[in-house]
Amino acid sequence: MAGKSEPGATRNAFGAALVELGEEHEDVVALDADLSVSTQSAKFGAAFPDRFFNVGAAEANMMSMACGLAATGKRPYASTFAIFATGRAYDQIRLGIAHNELPVKICASHGGVSLGEDGASHQMIEDIALMRVMPNMTVVVPADYNQAYRATLDSYESDEPQYLRFGRPATPVVYEDVPETLGTGVDVLREGKDISLFATGHMVWRALEAAEALESEDGVEAEVVNVSIIKPIHSESVLESLAKTGVAVTAEEHRIVGGLADAVRHVAAEQHPVPIFAVGMGDEFGISGTGEACMEHFGLTARGIADRAREALLLKPIVSHPPLFGPDWN
Amino acid sequence: MSHLRSVPDSRPPSKEEARRVGKASIAELERWATVHRLACVRMLAVAKSGHLDSSLSAADIVSALYNRVLRHDPEDPSWHERDRFVLCKGHAAPIQYAALAHHGYFPNEDLQGLRKIGAPLQGHPDMNKTAGVEVSTGSLGQGLSMCVGIALALRLDGLENTAHIFGVMSDGDCQEGQTWEAATAAVHFGLTNVTAIVDYNHLQTDGTTEQVMDIGDVRAKFEAFGWDSIEIDGHDMEAIVEALERSRTLDRPAAIVCQTKKGRGVSFMEGRFGFHGKPPSPEQAIEALNELEARLEEQTKALQGAST
Repeated sequence: MAGKSEPGATRNAFGAALVELGEEHEDVVALDADLSVSTQSAKFGAAFPDRFFNVGAAEANMMSMACGLAATGKRPYASTFAIFATGRAYDQIRLGIAHNELPVKICASHGGVSLGEDGASHQMIEDIALMRVMPNMTVVVPADYNQAYRATLDSYESDEPQYLRFGRPATPVVYEDVPETLGTGVDVLREGKDISLFATGHMVWRALEAAEALESEDGVEAEVVNVSIIKPIHSESVLESLAKTGVAVTAEEHRIVGGLADAVRHVAAEQHPVPIFAVGMGDEFGISGTGEACMEHFGLTARGIADRAREALLLKPIVSHPPLFGPDWN
Repeated sequence: MSHLRSVPDSRPPSKEEARRVGKASIAELERWATVHRLACVRMLAVAKSGHLDSSLSAADIVSALYNRVLRHDPEDPSWHERDRFVLCKGHAAPIQYAALAHHGYFPNEDLQGLRKIGAPLQGHPDMNKTAGVEVSTGSLGQGLSMCVGIALALRLDGLENTAHIFGVMSDGDCQEGQTWEAATAAVHFGLTNVTAIVDYNHLQTDGTTEQVMDIGDVRAKFEAFGWDSIEIDGHDMEAIVEALERSRTLDRPAAIVCQTKKGRGVSFMEGRFGFHGKPPSPEQAIEALNELEARLEEQTKALQGAST
């Protein structure tokens, strides 16, 4: 197990951790659909050629093959881009993997818009929603290289299907070393009393930067919470932070609908309704550009999070009072 | 080219008594097919839901597999060296349930619960609810890919020369593009223990396959993909058994395209459009049962006559 102290891509952590799993466990097999260099599963393929199956550009076939392998006692890791893993092969995952409750790990790289130049056809911003809505599926989105390494190793311990989302660009260090565990999947990285910033994946380090800016520019103490397990979301941990701050912003490289925002709002709406603003993709597709330019274009930045936080903070004193236009008005 | 390996014994090695009984004869397999058909009609008449004609067209294939060709052990359904049966055409679940119940995977009474709330026999096969079901199916086109995955796993376990996978497919499976992804992969990975059996009955939900989406010469298609591919009469028991046993001796994946009639064995349904997914009315069920019971009596008498 080798942690990284400099920026690294979460997909690289997946590739390295998968080799470690292969060394430790005979029953680990891997499949890819002609993207193994990009997803990094090629490292496993080089180390264990007999246990690696490149199916070519045939993602539906790959997922159903993973079902067959798992039903016969193997632990398959099926990787490709997030768009093809979830969009093209949805029905295959649904019937063959999730419905059967088989221990297949769907390891999707290039999630979100930060893959950049390939544009809308490749920028998957609905995958978390698709996998969240699927019964029996766990959804894991690690924040950096070190957490992605842990998420990959831990996935072996689970007998259930999992969806793991990795990204293309190198991501700044959030965890100094490979953490011991993902814990509840809701991890307070920085404590604060004024507002909660729930972030996932590539937005976590940006949320930490946003918290710095809020402190230095506005004197606001923001709590930064990394949600690495979006489903099932650990509601107690979410509520604990909301109870402390009474207002929140969510941040994700994904559609707001169906993603982290919905997951957090769902918990809050039922048990502790407070204003929760969202940073994420609206009702639109991605575009070509460098990864950073795309993030900038859609406001998926530290500044974007901080700006939303300032708006949410304006609402906090208003909604903490009785309704303005309630039955007692006039 | 063919017959590169001997055909393994169809019984688990530990079951001495079963070995003494020996292999079922062609006439016995034909009779079991009638028994399974009767079970299907009864199941559907009670369930008032399901795909009867699709089950009947595959009855002879399923009888040959479960009563002679498959190496399986109902007392130990998870025996790792067993052959795998995958009903790619999951909507024909009743015919698989009939065979599984016959072999004691679950009590016969369970057949009465088909498609009923809380009962183990789901509308389409469910591996977590029904003993003997290898993988859940019901979404056309996925089954052959699952067979490929199972075959690769068995190869890693060193069982490719003993454990064989038999997938029973439909016309609809051949219309799904994924089937041809799987057909490509099976050859690419050099699988020798997969047999795809196509129950080519030419009828689908909206009409004949020729009207809806003509899949043409399926045998030639599999051959073009690099499979050993033959076409037989899917109701000729001798041809079915020979083709199945031959298929497990080959050094390539094998396709057996079976020309069949939907609703086979029930005259008013046989080869006729309009029964897909429609359960028989009580009157139709009685008519079908009368016809099948008469055939069963003939087949039983003939077998008794032959043994005396």
